[in-house]
Amino acid sequence: MGNERLLNFAIKYGFLILLAGLILYFSLAAPGFASPRSAVFVLQSVAITGILALGVTCTLVVDGFDLSIGAVATSALMLSAYAMVVLELSAGMAIVLCLLMGAAVGLVNGLLIVKFRVPDLLATLGMMFLLIGLQRIPTQGNSIATGMSLPDGSTAEGTFSSTFLWLGRHRLDFFLENLVPLPVVVFLLIAVGIWLFLGFTRQGRLMYAIGSNERAAGLVGTPVSRYKIMAYMISGVMASVGGVLLAARLGRGDIASGTNLLLDSVAAALIGFAVLGAARPNAFGTATGALFVGILLQGLTMMNAPYYTQDFVKGAVLVIALVFTFYLSSRRGVGGH
Amino acid sequence: MTQTACKIRGLEKSFGQNHVLRGIDLDLHPGEVTVLMGANGAGKSTLVKVLCGYHRKDAGQLELMGTPFDPADAAEAISLGVVTVHQNINDGVIPDLDVATNLTLDRLTEPGAGLFVRDRELREQARRVAEGMGLTMDVRTSVGDLDVADRQMIAIARAMARAPKVLILDEPTSSLSATEAERLFELIDRLRGQGVAILYISHRVSDIRRVADKIVCMRDGAISGIFTEAPLDYEGAVSAMLGHRMTDVDITPQQGADPVLELRGIRLTSDAAPLDFTARDGEVVAITGLLGSGKTKMAEVVFGLSQPLAGKMQLDGQVYSPAHPRQAVARGVFMSPKDRGSNAVIPDFDISDNMTLPFLGAFSRGSFLSGRRQRRATDAMIERIGVVCQGGSDSILTLSGGNQQKVMIGRWLIEPSRVLLLDEPFQGVDIGARRDIGRHIRATAQGRATIVFVSEIDEALEIADRIVVLHEGAVAGEHINQNIDLTALVSQVSGPAWEEAGAEG
Repeated sequence: MGNERLLNFAIKYGFLILLAGLILYFSLAAPGFASPRSAVFVLQSVAITGILALGVTCTLVVDGFDLSIGAVATSALMLSAYAMVVLELSAGMAIVLCLLMGAAVGLVNGLLIVKFRVPDLLATLGMMFLLIGLQRIPTQGNSIATGMSLPDGSTAEGTFSSTFLWLGRHRLDFFLENLVPLPVVVFLLIAVGIWLFLGFTRQGRLMYAIGSNERAAGLVGTPVSRYKIMAYMISGVMASVGGVLLAARLGRGDIASGTNLLLDSVAAALIGFAVLGAARPNAFGTATGALFVGILLQGLTMMNAPYYTQDFVKGAVLVIALVFTFYLSSRRGVGGH
Repeated sequence: MTQTACKIRGLEKSFGQNHVLRGIDLDLHPGEVTVLMGANGAGKSTLVKVLCGYHRKDAGQLELMGTPFDPADAAEAISLGVVTVHQNINDGVIPDLDVATNLTLDRLTEPGAGLFVRDRELREQARRVAEGMGLTMDVRTSVGDLDVADRQMIAIARAMARAPKVLILDEPTSSLSATEAERLFELIDRLRGQGVAILYISHRVSDIRRVADKIVCMRDGAISGIFTEAPLDYEGAVSAMLGHRMTDVDITPQQGADPVLELRGIRLTSDAAPLDFTARDGEVVAITGLLGSGKTKMAEVVFGLSQPLAGKMQLDGQVYSPAHPRQAVARGVFMSPKDRGSNAVIPDFDISDNMTLPFLGAFSRGSFLSGRRQRRATDAMIERIGVVCQGGSDSILTLSGGNQQKVMIGRWLIEPSRVLLLDEPFQGVDIGARRDIGRHIRATAQGRATIVFVSEIDEALEIADRIVVLHEGAVAGEHINQNIDLTALVSQVSGPAWEEAGAEG
């Protein structure tokens, strides 16, 4: 039936066509949009959100949810600043501390959910609050920068090491000089890594099985609890990577930054459901979803749309994507039988 | 007998193609307990759901105390006097509220109820209801703190507060101990005295013996037997419920070689006798028994899903005590669980991923899956057990029930096993697929012990070399599948308690 073919086509490629259409439209309407610099700017604007979104995708795959990612990222931001500025540790040590912190938060989230049977949304919401509070305690609610005065009266002597800042600010030569910032490279590497892990390894396949029917997955001998905990640990580590990159870009432990990280990355992951008609969490979709939001905002900005319309636009995209995923797919489901 | 409380004539109900009720005629009389028996899928829950207003009937007449009765929803059925206490007790009570509130909840929703709750008055009302039912607990206790039996009583008391003409009890003793059940029976006696017509759904011999005035059996959507004369013919009833058409499958029973799985003194429940059982290499054993006879529990114990209360298991002469299905699978003990929809099918996956799920490790290099190897194994298995589909990349949900079940069983045939457990492998499976599965299980039986758990005797006769009957967690009989004395088999299924009943009475 022609109608059904059309519907299937719309579900599968609709979102990508929309994305291509957007790019085309902005290229014609906004001079300078279709340039390497502008493309890199889009990538840079979504890199950190995208990394967090890839982490939360792993928890979505096991039918969970991680609301603590934003807080983990800002905690990593503060922790790295505290480690270097106040404790005067090396960049390497600071990064290791942050990754360990992310893994530990993921482990606690996982244990709360698996062992203590706390519903995922509530467990990670609690963890989010806890971390937002915790990251303020050591500095009495202040941002961290070299020369700040400490509670004991002394001044912080440490500095952000140049290696650390290099992570956030270095740009690789690619066709043009100083084109691609390192965070973009990290984002792309992680995207490929998570894509391979979820889509092509047996561990990834078992995680999808758990998300689809946990009981059935357990009854074929899958260690369900272990995989769920692992998903939350991946999510925590990804969020801390995002936080480290954010700290390296900002160069200070800014208490107020990263407020939008949670919503933006969850939106990217959910928009990802609609890509290629997957109707389930997937790494390619998540990365595309993050890019989609970035391109839309960049294009609108270049066409002089005011900054305060941004959240509205993101929300609209999310709602449309969700309709794509759930309404159209359910119609396909009915039509298929 | 005075008036008929509920009169059912020619009741029919279909869901799509599925003709579930095919003309039911049944009378329920005031002050009489009618026990309804039927195997899974016989249509008894559909009958109950039509009576309690959950489904609309397609055809036929229903009368309640002489007036036509066709409830549009559950609320209407209740207000007309048909009240149901469902199997899941917590559906009938609100655990966080106290007994008094639970007993008087309906008054709070009545039109004209005041804005403020007058606690003292409600408690007084509740106390009167409780006394009328012979309940002695403090009405201020929270229902969540009561034991299961008391909660059940509260659910029934709530139902009784509406002075029903017909009370339907769906497997009410399924989570009660013997003493708790006795309290329920006393309550039923009291209600019978008050002239309520009771429809009681259960398979437990002890229940039926205790409360039944009449037994009605259903099979394939029709009434297959009504037993009213005392003493009630329970064996006849079980036989009418299960039916046993002779099957056209020819089986030459295999003796089996060395013992593979041995159960010694396993106790499945606290009031069950110890169970001894041996499964041998190359034989197919069917374990049969009524609901609650311990079949599923036994499968769970062997697969490491639950632990026996006592006893030991051996696998190939070695100690075997799995704590988790993973350990069972590692020792070569595989299980295809019952209710494939909730326990086995991964709805988001295609046939190939569903089929290879337990053994993904065998289809990957390092961590990376080889889609080609998965497909090759799947295609081979599809060919072997005859799954009707386009190919391994079809979504599992596009398959019919029988074909889905073939995939679920094929999943465990990919790797060789020592013990293969199949719990209700023919559930929701058409006769053709059932034959295919049975034939394939028998054809591959060498090199392992196969244990099939089935409720229907037909199915056991079709597949097994040996049939073991479970009753209340213990072995009630054992037969080699050749010229079986079906009467003896049926009487073992229904349980020895029945004959004792005659002796006592």
